[in-house]
Amino acid sequence: MREFVMSDNFTIKIRRQDGPDAKPYWQEFEVNFRPGMNVVIALQDIRRDPVTIDGVKADPVVWECSCLEEVCGSCAMVINGRARQACSALIEDLDRPVTLEPLAKFPVVRDLMVDRSSLFENFARVRAWIPIDGTYPMGPGPQVSQEEQEAAYPLARCITCGCCLAACPQVNNNSSFMGAAVLNQATLLNSYPTGRMNRAARLDVVRGDGGLAGCGNAQNCERVCPKSIPLVSSIARLNREALLDAVKRWLGK
Amino acid sequence: MKQANIIVIGGGLAGLMTTIKIAEAGQKVQLFAMQPVRRSHSVCAQGGINAAINLKGEGDSIWTHFDDTVYGGDFLANQPLVKRMCEAAPDIVELTARMGVMYNRTPEGNLDFRRFGGTKFHRTAFAGTTTGQQLVYALDEQVRRHEAEGLVTKFEGWELLSPVIHNGACRGITAMNLNTMEVRAFPADAVVAATGGIGAIFGLSTNSLVNTGSAASALYQAGAVYANPEFVQVHPTAMPGEDKLRLISESARGEGGRVWVPRDGRPWYFLEDWYPAYGNLVPRDIASRAIFKVVHELGLGVDGGEVVYMDISHLNPRDIDRNLYGIAEIYERFSGDDPRKVPMRVFPAVHYNMGGLWVDDSMATNVPGLFAAGEAEYQHHGANRLGANSLVSCIFDGMVAGPAAVAYAEGLQKRSGEISSGIFEAEANLQRDINADILNTGGTENPFDLFREMGDLMRKNVTVIRKNDDLKKTDEKLAEMLERCGRLNVVDKSPVANTSLVFARELKNMLILARAITVGALMRDESRGAHYKPEYPMRDDAGWLKTTRASFTPDGPEISYEPVDVSLIVPRERHYDVD
Repeated sequence: MREFVMSDNFTIKIRRQDGPDAKPYWQEFEVNFRPGMNVVIALQDIRRDPVTIDGVKADPVVWECSCLEEVCGSCAMVINGRARQACSALIEDLDRPVTLEPLAKFPVVRDLMVDRSSLFENFARVRAWIPIDGTYPMGPGPQVSQEEQEAAYPLARCITCGCCLAACPQVNNNSSFMGAAVLNQATLLNSYPTGRMNRAARLDVVRGDGGLAGCGNAQNCERVCPKSIPLVSSIARLNREALLDAVKRWLGK
Repeated sequence: MKQANIIVIGGGLAGLMTTIKIAEAGQKVQLFAMQPVRRSHSVCAQGGINAAINLKGEGDSIWTHFDDTVYGGDFLANQPLVKRMCEAAPDIVELTARMGVMYNRTPEGNLDFRRFGGTKFHRTAFAGTTTGQQLVYALDEQVRRHEAEGLVTKFEGWELLSPVIHNGACRGITAMNLNTMEVRAFPADAVVAATGGIGAIFGLSTNSLVNTGSAASALYQAGAVYANPEFVQVHPTAMPGEDKLRLISESARGEGGRVWVPRDGRPWYFLEDWYPAYGNLVPRDIASRAIFKVVHELGLGVDGGEVVYMDISHLNPRDIDRNLYGIAEIYERFSGDDPRKVPMRVFPAVHYNMGGLWVDDSMATNVPGLFAAGEAEYQHHGANRLGANSLVSCIFDGMVAGPAAVAYAEGLQKRSGEISSGIFEAEANLQRDINADILNTGGTENPFDLFREMGDLMRKNVTVIRKNDDLKKTDEKLAEMLERCGRLNVVDKSPVANTSLVFARELKNMLILARAITVGALMRDESRGAHYKPEYPMRDDAGWLKTTRASFTPDGPEISYEPVDVSLIVPRERHYDVD
């Protein structure tokens, strides 16, 4: 990869799709490079005046983005074959031409925009919440050791971008596997002192259809996670919990 | 209990808390958000949330939190409301800890607190530097629980277009599905607008791109009064960038970070020099002006540019990882430099809207049935918000607006369902016509270029330093842009996820709100908090201790004023160089 200089142009190849049921097609655009430029800025450039590399007027490319600092999870897409956030994908670090595709495993809405609502629906399935008694003042809540907090906080940084599902071979049309982001929520909630009280209900779900058994331990999830969440150990921990819980129940304890 | 139907617009902290409170009262909520609520801009709040729990034994108190907030806001906030918020803050922090927020802890397992700007106390609870994200997730989980129980219906991916006003009261909304472009009217007995900030009006800011203020502008255009529009916070430390000015949290300074520029070959810690009592933890308006002075008046910006250093490289890397990991990660990822080793390069950036929809003490706007909460309203922060007070005010507002909307809806004589459907269909048709007009105009103005022009103009003339000549010209230019906005060339004609059409609608609303900000600033001939005019460098309580009220007219904002409630603390001169 050669060094970039100002005024260099580069090519972006985008897999486009006009609607959920439309056929995908590829278009190429030429973009002027600036230092510090990321994929979002390049897409904004294209949107301003969408003309392909062959001089053909095109519709503006549609994609999702919001916070631009890797905390909202909106702008996940497949960039040069890898699922990642567009905002933190700096052009100077990418092989050119840059190829953009919608995040795999999720239904396409249009172009690079996908529908990730299944992720949130699965959060509900694993009961990823603490059933508090109410929002009225009820004192300080549980004490938490520094050790517990430091172990759990990294798991709590998941931005539900869906990259871990996109990269997982076990998430596909023939499987109901919920994916690492969802299982990690169960681990996280089970680790909090008050969340632990409803652990059994969550473990019932993850032992069932689409749960832990679906994981093939390919470990792609952890490799693509933009927040470096230790997803492999998170799932392993949930597995241990689920197993122990099952044994205890079998023994009638 | 009468069954009511309440709409909440916005899925950030204020909207989520409002929703929880309404569901907890047993009423049904329809929650509208432009994106999945877990992606709302509240996730960008980094440093923490203030509550005077006094767990460090420093003698902190509710009153001191209240006094710091009112003083930090340069006495423009109505004091009884601020006091009520500060009283609720400890309960809010404890409640969110019960919900599972992974707050940092002390060795004994209690909540840990750190310092923030404008106070001498360790008052800020925090979860690393992703406190807002953790709070959104906790509230999102509670909303999902109520959703599973059937009390909440989410409309994610819908944007507010207009309120439906019937006989002077708000009876519902029209909204657009951002994927299918369907425009629909939704009747409601009460509507709560928790529509967030307005950073996009300044083109580049620390805000998420969704923070256009478009929804608040639509409500303003429908008759809701907009208060203190001229008070826009510029945060002192953000990373320069072409797409966004990424925030570097005040918590960096709370944990011991220092701001400096090279002078005569050595670091000059100008905030510590000028403000020995508070040092790097002066409030944001003070710090931003100091940085402007150092860079623009003294010409001491790093490498001659619009940059100063925000330095945490002297801190223990272990402490950085425990307390500041989120910002270290953002800085490293977007700049390529490790702030554990080299000072961060930062500059002030538009950050927060102290102004917003006018509300009374129950978060009711002047339009019956329409409430506002969070950054979208104006109540708590006066002329300048203290760091880590926004998360408190957003959640607190939800705790007030939710029950207030329930009480209003339950007390209604006539349910929204009893109103002729023609009223709703007429408004929906009006909004459909606007879409058709935009797509069929065949104009020549590029909406994205016009947006850039607006942002450049607003950043140049309506941020840290304001001059009446410039403000006057800015408003004229905005009026001209509004006219050009009627001749947009929207290339995309697609009926699916047409983001260009959505943007065109938002742009017009942004321009209209930009005029209110600019005219509010033009008329206020004093300096107070974030509003600074070199021509009028002093605060003028005799002339200007009053709240600005902007009402929409097609010819521009109509401005009037009302007194500020200063019944609890006598206004005093504000300075941070000595105690």
